[in-house]
Amino acid sequence: MSHTVVVVGGNRIPFAKAGGPYARASNHDMLTAAIDGLVARAGLAGERLGEVAGGAVLKHPGDFNLTREAVLSSALAPETPACDLQQACATGLETTMYLANKIALGQLTNGIAAGVDSTSDAPISVSDPLRRILLKASRARSAQERIAAFAKIRPGHLAPQAPSVAEPRTGLSMGEHQALTTVRWEIDRTSQDELAAASHHRLAAAWDRGFFDDLVTPYLGVTRDAVLRPDTSVERLATLRPAFGGPDGTMTAGNSTPLSDGAAAVLLASEEWAAAHHLTPWAKVVDAEVAAVDHPGGADLLLAPVGATGRLLARQGLTVEDIDLFEIHEAFASTVLATLKAWQDPEYCASLDLDGPIGECPPEKLNVTGSSLAAGHPFAATGARIVPTLAKLLHERGPGTRGLISVCAAGGQGVVAILEAV
Amino acid sequence: MSALEKAFYSPVGRKVAAKAGLHEPPRLRRGREFPAGAIVLAPLGTSTLVADTLALLGRAHEAPVVDSGEDAPGYGDRIGALVVDATDVRTVAELEALRAVLRPAVRGIERSGRIVVVARPATGSDWEADAVARALDGINRTVGKELRGGATANLVYAGPGVAPGDLVSTLGFLLQGRSAFVDGQTWRVAPGGAPASRLEERPLEGRICVVTGAARGIGAAIARTLARDGATIVAVDIPAAGEALAAVANEVGGTALQLDITGDDAGARIAEHVAARGARIHAMVHNAGITRDKMLVNTDAARWASVLDVNLAAEMRINAVLLDPATEGGMAADGRIVGVASTSGLAGNKGQTNYAASKAGVAGLVAAMAPDLASRGITANAVAPGFIETEMTAKIPFVQREIFRRANSLSQGGNPIDVAETIGYLCDPASQGVTGQVIRVCGQNMVGA
Repeated sequence: MSHTVVVVGGNRIPFAKAGGPYARASNHDMLTAAIDGLVARAGLAGERLGEVAGGAVLKHPGDFNLTREAVLSSALAPETPACDLQQACATGLETTMYLANKIALGQLTNGIAAGVDSTSDAPISVSDPLRRILLKASRARSAQERIAAFAKIRPGHLAPQAPSVAEPRTGLSMGEHQALTTVRWEIDRTSQDELAAASHHRLAAAWDRGFFDDLVTPYLGVTRDAVLRPDTSVERLATLRPAFGGPDGTMTAGNSTPLSDGAAAVLLASEEWAAAHHLTPWAKVVDAEVAAVDHPGGADLLLAPVGATGRLLARQGLTVEDIDLFEIHEAFASTVLATLKAWQDPEYCASLDLDGPIGECPPEKLNVTGSSLAAGHPFAATGARIVPTLAKLLHERGPGTRGLISVCAAGGQGVVAILEAV
Repeated sequence: MSALEKAFYSPVGRKVAAKAGLHEPPRLRRGREFPAGAIVLAPLGTSTLVADTLALLGRAHEAPVVDSGEDAPGYGDRIGALVVDATDVRTVAELEALRAVLRPAVRGIERSGRIVVVARPATGSDWEADAVARALDGINRTVGKELRGGATANLVYAGPGVAPGDLVSTLGFLLQGRSAFVDGQTWRVAPGGAPASRLEERPLEGRICVVTGAARGIGAAIARTLARDGATIVAVDIPAAGEALAAVANEVGGTALQLDITGDDAGARIAEHVAARGARIHAMVHNAGITRDKMLVNTDAARWASVLDVNLAAEMRINAVLLDPATEGGMAADGRIVGVASTSGLAGNKGQTNYAASKAGVAGLVAAMAPDLASRGITANAVAPGFIETEMTAKIPFVQREIFRRANSLSQGGNPIDVAETIGYLCDPASQGVTGQVIRVCGQNMVGA
């Protein structure tokens, strides 16, 4: 029943800041482009794949079948089934695990896991009272009833409601939540700016060495991540004003991810299918763990992956010393820094029922080709960006090398996965 | 489109232009269509080489009308093609027989018809025969210029020992619409490995063909045409062109390889990509190229170097890797290397010293490679496009463009597919005897050799 699942390729479009070059591109357009680039790279035009799993965090009501519709627009055979999944910022990693599990079980031999988000083309909805009036009017049996319904509309009802990134149970935005964590874990400004600068420099270096030649396909004339600032520096970042945590806050626009647009896709397969399709396996999917914290009860919103990491390593009989590369999603620089502190904190790890602290992550093994601070973070796409990046990095380092992915998500959740080069 | 161009192509503009002598150019026959009218075969001796080749092509033929010097006789219906077997012609006197079959044919040929002369090349041992071989070239070029309505004339030198099966792909290409924009040209066919027994519809079935610069224009047309002929395409272009490249690769059911051909690892990455598919390369088509036009007095070292590196040096580096028999995913035995030269390279072109150097260099390169690769059955050839209608040439100012367009025997620009079809012919396994040649796809451009 258990088949080895391998990552055999990936593709994304360059990510861009909201309101930038993709301002007029929809989730459908971007997801289709990401899939088509992957299909071209792997030579799968016209093929019926096992399944495509994708998702978006910000979704228009009309996009209920977003991924299936993207498949129909793509070069894949129209008989390729698809489904939408959503787990906030961990969506792209969760779609990966959904398909990996099916392949491991033998239900599929291959599939594409994907994620997409457009904060430029975010859905705007109407207020609840207006929505109720409109629904009532649509059910009206006579013109009189309809006029009566419309007569109840008040000016206040007409304000459009943009999607909010605030947590429904605390009313705090993600940045404000992270600001609390930043203070609690005593993360200083300089460390955050250093991490942000390193992310930009490492991502730029990876682009320069052609690392993304077989991971990214240009889109709408954008050939590199548009968020990337190769010439940024700690000094320059130090001049920015705080964006979260009040006037004394340490989190700025420079050490927080910007709202972004983009899409990413991963090609997953059984070893047999990969061989039959002449595709080189980069890494196998070893295992994954999902976790949540009680953030309404005061827990750190974005540290849920810590518990998942501890439990996953323990289940696999591994320690951090067995991991060659770490990919920790940079929601904010301070999220990564707080996560690394938490890994080493005996008290915090004990509170998660872990057998002692997780351990230390050497900085040279962390996000070696940069991460979300430099690339951007189109929510659902990030996991599908990281999986092929890490798989290729591990493949370059040779069989047996392991990598760990840690992605935090809204709602106090997190997903962690381990890949191993084959 | 400029106001002038719009006016020129308006109904009134077309009438005015026609009065001024700028007639609508003929619409060319393209694709795998043979001529509609009869194929006339004129053997000028006892040779049956061309007759036997036509038999392999499955084409019936008729006897020629011969000009006897009195009232010039003609054909009743228009003929589709005149194919002349001149392989026995050795003397100046014998050229009269060629004139006598050409005269009625030139008058009676259909639109997009074909005149093909097959002759022996110069041997260096018979002064008169060598003079006559060259005379045929002069006749061919002149007939090409006199033919109207999109008809073309071409000359094939069939070397000693050439069998009908060695000639079948060449004669098939020349008679069919695939050679629409090849006019007034001369090239050689030598005996190949195993002569073909017929003209294949999909000669590249199951073979891997790598095309650089495949994202747009001529490169995309090459990918589509070779795929139509059965090839599995590896479409290569620079990473920045990846979006268009992916669309081409998906359209032809091939794979996209984003790659800068000037990178040191370019050859190795192409080979690795092919090796992963458990295969070797049947054809390597070096189509990628750039221009950095400036008059020589304004050409600095950077403009000079970039054009020579992309258009010539990169191609040589990639060939070196792919031709190493130890390279997994390298060139297959009986493989095909095709370079893209340019009439600008062969004839020279103002403001393009760097480009001309690189493109003439491609012509020199394939000529040098061909004899060295012959023992492995690998051929090396080049095509030299003239004015081809692409996004690149669409940027030339209208009046200048219209002059370039009309300055050839067919009075029009070629299409990307015309270049692609010629490359497809060179990549055909049946074209084993064609190597070291440069075929111009220029509608017999008025400039150049």
